Amino acid sequence: MTVGLDYNRIIDVLPEDLASGAVAFEAHGLVIQPEVLTGIAAFLKTEPGLELDYLCSITGVDCTEYFEVDYLLYSLKLNHRFTLKVRLADRSEPVIPSLTGLWLGAELQEREIYDLLGITFSGHPEMKRIFLWEGFSGHPLRKDYGHGH
Amino acid sequence: MEIGSGMNSRDLDLHEGHVIEDLRNSAVAGLPEPSGWLTEEIERNIITTTVDKFLNWGRKTSLWTETSFTACCTFEFISTSSSRFDIARFGMEVLRSSPRHADLMITAGTLTWKMAPQIKRVYEQMAEPKWVIAMGACGISGGIFADSYSVVPGYNRILPVDVYIPGCPPRPEALLAGIELLRKKIEKRSIAKGS
Amino acid sequence: MAINTEPVFLNLGPVHPSTHGVFRMRALVDGEVITDIEPVFGYLHRGIEKLAESKSYRQFLPLTDRLDYVSSMNNNMAYVMAVEKLAGIEVPPRAEYIRVIMAELQRIIAHLLAIGSFFNDMGTFFTPFFYMFIQKEKITDLFEMVCGQRLLYNYMRFGGLSHDLPPEFIPALNRFLEEMPSEIKKYERLLAENEIVLARSKNVGVLPREMAINASAAGPVLRASGVKWDIRKDDPYSVYDRFEFDVPTGASGDCYDRYRVRLEELTQSLEIIRQAVAGLPKGKVLNPVPLRLRPPAGEVYSHIEGNKGELGFHVISDGSDKPYRIHVRAPSFINLTALRNMLIGWKLADAIIIFGSIDICLGEVDR
Repeated sequence: MTVGLDYNRIIDVLPEDLASGAVAFEAHGLVIQPEVLTGIAAFLKTEPGLELDYLCSITGVDCTEYFEVDYLLYSLKLNHRFTLKVRLADRSEPVIPSLTGLWLGAELQEREIYDLLGITFSGHPEMKRIFLWEGFSGHPLRKDYGHGH
Repeated sequence: MEIGSGMNSRDLDLHEGHVIEDLRNSAVAGLPEPSGWLTEEIERNIITTTVDKFLNWGRKTSLWTETSFTACCTFEFISTSSSRFDIARFGMEVLRSSPRHADLMITAGTLTWKMAPQIKRVYEQMAEPKWVIAMGACGISGGIFADSYSVVPGYNRILPVDVYIPGCPPRPEALLAGIELLRKKIEKRSIAKGS
Repeated sequence: MAINTEPVFLNLGPVHPSTHGVFRMRALVDGEVITDIEPVFGYLHRGIEKLAESKSYRQFLPLTDRLDYVSSMNNNMAYVMAVEKLAGIEVPPRAEYIRVIMAELQRIIAHLLAIGSFFNDMGTFFTPFFYMFIQKEKITDLFEMVCGQRLLYNYMRFGGLSHDLPPEFIPALNRFLEEMPSEIKKYERLLAENEIVLARSKNVGVLPREMAINASAAGPVLRASGVKWDIRKDDPYSVYDRFEFDVPTGASGDCYDRYRVRLEELTQSLEIIRQAVAGLPKGKVLNPVPLRLRPPAGEVYSHIEGNKGELGFHVISDGSDKPYRIHVRAPSFINLTALRNMLIGWKLADAIIIFGSIDICLGEVDR
């Protein structure tokens, strides 16, 4: 049975500078600031006892007032999982660091979120549209995307 | 990625995007069914009728399908061409990937605007006489995806369609009934009017 | 004398007989060897995730069939399980067992098609494919007996299933279970030790274990690279924890291993179906659920072991009768992350086989 890790356990072992970026715990996920994303992800990937080395999926959500990006991480060896959530308040130019340096599996999923939601991932090797064509105006999964496009 | 003559794949993306947007802006209404020859049927003379019958028999009994299938209906087409439903008894077991060799395009699957220029290009490369069967709800009107932002509402926006087969996906028996309709339509062509 | 060469830019697809759908690869080819490749997605992007926001939960169910169109029962199951988890709906035991039977039969169809098209790509030109198609048609007949459809079933409902099994289903299923093992032996005898198959797929397109985990590969692709991870065993859902079966893995992660993993999973699926039929309880198959389902506000991620890998549905609800956001964790799409690394350095003919061995379905890649 895959066990969802208790967030208190994670907060206890995080180094000081990364733990300060943890904001809240909601809906089984740890909400963190975008600046500490790469640091916390790298820590979770390599820390013995956690070893969350498998990036299962990245979901982008348009929560009207802010954007949210959820990262679901698994450990195949220890059979547990953890979710990281990052909230972006800037709706006009949302930017978040890319995790392609840690996981190759983030590459296509981040392009999909850029294409459909307009969130830019800084540090991504090829930040361009993936499903829709160049010249398509707008980002369809946004809640304010009208059918006039 | 550098693709030669100083271009890279980004330039190719931009160019293709322009082509797709142009096609989308120009394809605003359905194209009419190709039926100009129906009025000519009345004016045929006896000699061309026999030649017509022979040519039409040859064309309808050996339709070669172009394999430009997009989505789910492909598998019902493959089922039809397997030995259980046996499309080979209509002379159609030959599938050609090259449009130069094919004369029938069966639109098995949803068409998106991104794919539309490619399908239109493949259709234009097919030699006359050629026919199009719109298979399935997505081929007729966009089907269950009709109000999506990236789906073409029916293949007749970009191609003239001869036969429509409803279903999602249509059963192999339905596809065979549609092919029979197309064969009846082919029987009525006449070479005298240049069709 | 040095010959001046330069790489040629080639397009593979989107209209191509061997790309398993409308998939395009822009390739830079030096002679026959691929030096760089860029996959282009989106030729079947139908906006399913956006359509979900304007349809009710029940209306979205037929759309899930059209994701991976050869594994419609599995897609239904994943979505229905996600909404049941969100809304706290119970499923009767008979429905759970029948769901497992349908999911495993669907896995058999999908693996038969995957193995058949793998051999198509290798040049056997439809002969093994149509032999496997005979068995696929038998399973399709079983599905048609139950729900009337041949390809996109829409069979599962929130709280159970839409129809119970008709009385002729179990005898027909038992007949199928008796004859299938000899068919699998036939495929193995004819093809597994064939020297052309071995020469074209052994040590071709190797995906090393570390890269498979790093690239988030799942399903037979991950298992062929030596990682023993199967959600039916490691995070059991429905009633899978009551059945005994093995999880085949490969050693080296080449195309041959991916083929062998799929072939052996056929036998394991038959084993699960046998156990499920033997233990099938009686009773109803559907718990009553309101027509306009309004799950409480919240989110859930629920996954199953689909035939191409981990198929997950991330459903976010705001308390109304339409979902706020549905995200599909599509295994075919994520398995393609490592495509570029797997193809560079191989010849064009090998590229088709390597790409075919990953086994994708465009409906799921592009959604």
